[in-house]
Amino acid sequence: MPETSNATQSTRSDRAAISARSLVKTFGAGENAVHALKNVDIDIRENEFFTLLGPSGCGKTTLLRMIAGFELPTSGTILLDGQEITALPPYKRPVNTVFQSYALFPHMTVAENIGFGLKMLGRPADNVQGRVEKMLALVQLEAMANRRTDQLSGGQQQRVALARALAPEPKVLLLDEPLAALDLKLRKNMQLELKSLQAETGITFVFVTHDQEEALTMSDRIAVMRSGEILQIGAPKDIYERPTHRFVADFIGDINILEGEIAGAGGGTAQVRLKDGTTISARLAEGMAQTGPAAVAIRPEAARIAGQGETADLTGTLENVVYFGAASYLHLRLNSGEEFVLRQPGGLDGHDLSRGARLGIAIQPGRARVLE
Amino acid sequence: MTETSLSAAHREAQARATRTRYGLLAPALIIILAISILPLGITVVYSFLEPGTYGGVVWNFSTDAYVQFLFERDIFDDTLTFDPAYLSIFMRSIGLAFGAMIGTLILGFPTAYFIATKPRNQRNFWLFLITLPFWTNLLIRTYAMLLIIRDEGFVNISLMKLRLIDSPISILYTDTAVFIGLIYSYLPFMVLPLYASLEKLDFRLVEAGYDLYASRWKVLRHVIAPLAKPGIIAGCILVFIPGLGAYITPELLGGGKSLMIGNMIAIQFGSSRNWPFGSAAALILMMLVIIVLLIYAASAGRGRRTHG
Repeated sequence: MPETSNATQSTRSDRAAISARSLVKTFGAGENAVHALKNVDIDIRENEFFTLLGPSGCGKTTLLRMIAGFELPTSGTILLDGQEITALPPYKRPVNTVFQSYALFPHMTVAENIGFGLKMLGRPADNVQGRVEKMLALVQLEAMANRRTDQLSGGQQQRVALARALAPEPKVLLLDEPLAALDLKLRKNMQLELKSLQAETGITFVFVTHDQEEALTMSDRIAVMRSGEILQIGAPKDIYERPTHRFVADFIGDINILEGEIAGAGGGTAQVRLKDGTTISARLAEGMAQTGPAAVAIRPEAARIAGQGETADLTGTLENVVYFGAASYLHLRLNSGEEFVLRQPGGLDGHDLSRGARLGIAIQPGRARVLE
Repeated sequence: MTETSLSAAHREAQARATRTRYGLLAPALIIILAISILPLGITVVYSFLEPGTYGGVVWNFSTDAYVQFLFERDIFDDTLTFDPAYLSIFMRSIGLAFGAMIGTLILGFPTAYFIATKPRNQRNFWLFLITLPFWTNLLIRTYAMLLIIRDEGFVNISLMKLRLIDSPISILYTDTAVFIGLIYSYLPFMVLPLYASLEKLDFRLVEAGYDLYASRWKVLRHVIAPLAKPGIIAGCILVFIPGLGAYITPELLGGGKSLMIGNMIAIQFGSSRNWPFGSAAALILMMLVIIVLLIYAASAGRGRRTHG
């Protein structure tokens, strides 16, 4: 698995498959207007697995439907391989969609479903037949070719939907929360399958999900969206370790966010005075304000209990210990009244872990970050 | 011994249950027999008799009624010559009913699609408009249609006032008038079953069709039409079969010039006083309807097999 993804990494170009410029979508008008997209700019590169991540109503599905051609933007343009496609109807775009509900044609067999796009493109019948057989093999459904779609399980329907969308060899494949209807185990398998399928076919995948874990495991890059805006675009590691926005930090994984004020800054680091009076140093991303109120974000795994003789960055009162075997989660209350969770790996021997114990917290250098 | 008596009691109880079931069925059965099978039987019998001079029948077996349908018997030497007069009325009826079916399908499909794609809370209003004509008697509605399309009617006066035409277009008492009348009368019977199947249509499938390179027309042909097929067939049957036997519309709008089967049969029992021939024509019409339904049943059966 890592080998294939490395291979795609090396062949991946920086050319944009999809570019959106100043996309705005407003539903309704006047006071009741809903701003589904507010001035979105995005470049999705060729051959990448790109994920639009955000809570429901953030505009990710609207953006996807706009790339597919089901919605016209109120303003702005969409380019595919540098060609403007903003007003092109869906059937003239070399873009296919895997729908959340699969939307398989109930009056056709599995093979007819998969061959539909090619048939509509006017490909000769034997050509279609060959391609359908290839797609059936790709999704391991050779035995199901002549079944009706309602005789398939959820996972099999998912595969047919995937094969149907891939059969016409689209430039871009859009996936609208395709795994949402599957149970957990099947979903995990399909995540891996989708990822390797993307590597195999070399097609650009644009994947929509609200599941941050899914986004982290599958994507080359993630765009985090909230209420019609893209907050941050980056590789899963960037998004997780270097969130620039409070919402991004909070939405992806567990994180402690402490309020404070910048007391001094320089060289990409800021001294932030927290509410309880302690000052900690945190990394300051480029272009961020050097003064004024700020929030500091610290992942639970970036902090641990300070050892004997070690200087503690923060001090808190222990409220709860949740034991997970390989690690434990310690819930502390800081002097400011804010809660702080840290992940303490290994055994818990040598520490006073009774409720109400005063503990020092050591933060890994460079792992505390100032948020916008 | 006990076993046989037990089973005898069991048989007795079962026989009683059967009797109760038939007893409950009897009223409906009698009504069906009395108002449908019995008259049909009489019609069959009458069709093989000779006509009475002043109506009624003379009890002599004869197949003349059926022969008369296709041939004319010379009154002097009894020779038969082919006479397509009645056949042409049948053909016109089939043509008009088929035309009305196609016409209502073309007009009704977009209407039903329009209603089915409206927000759920608005659909009942549109359906109400479709069923509104049923609140008035068909006879009165047909008279209204007569007033609209006659030479001095609304359509011709309007067109002349707009100087689009110089003299009235004669529509009334032609096949066109009957055709328009049939479409008007039977349109709701097409729209309602079409709506019923389009309403159940998953419009995400339409999107999937567009996404997979099908243009509007191809989506209609390959996705919407096959899924709305039960509604299309039901609508076609509901328009074609009553259209074939239409009486009021051709009577008023055809004005005796554009006869349909229904009018011809009525004439046989009325002014022509040829009950056996009227009965034979009615039975031929029924056979026609049965053949149409059998063809439908056969095609539907085949369809199910290929899909199943």
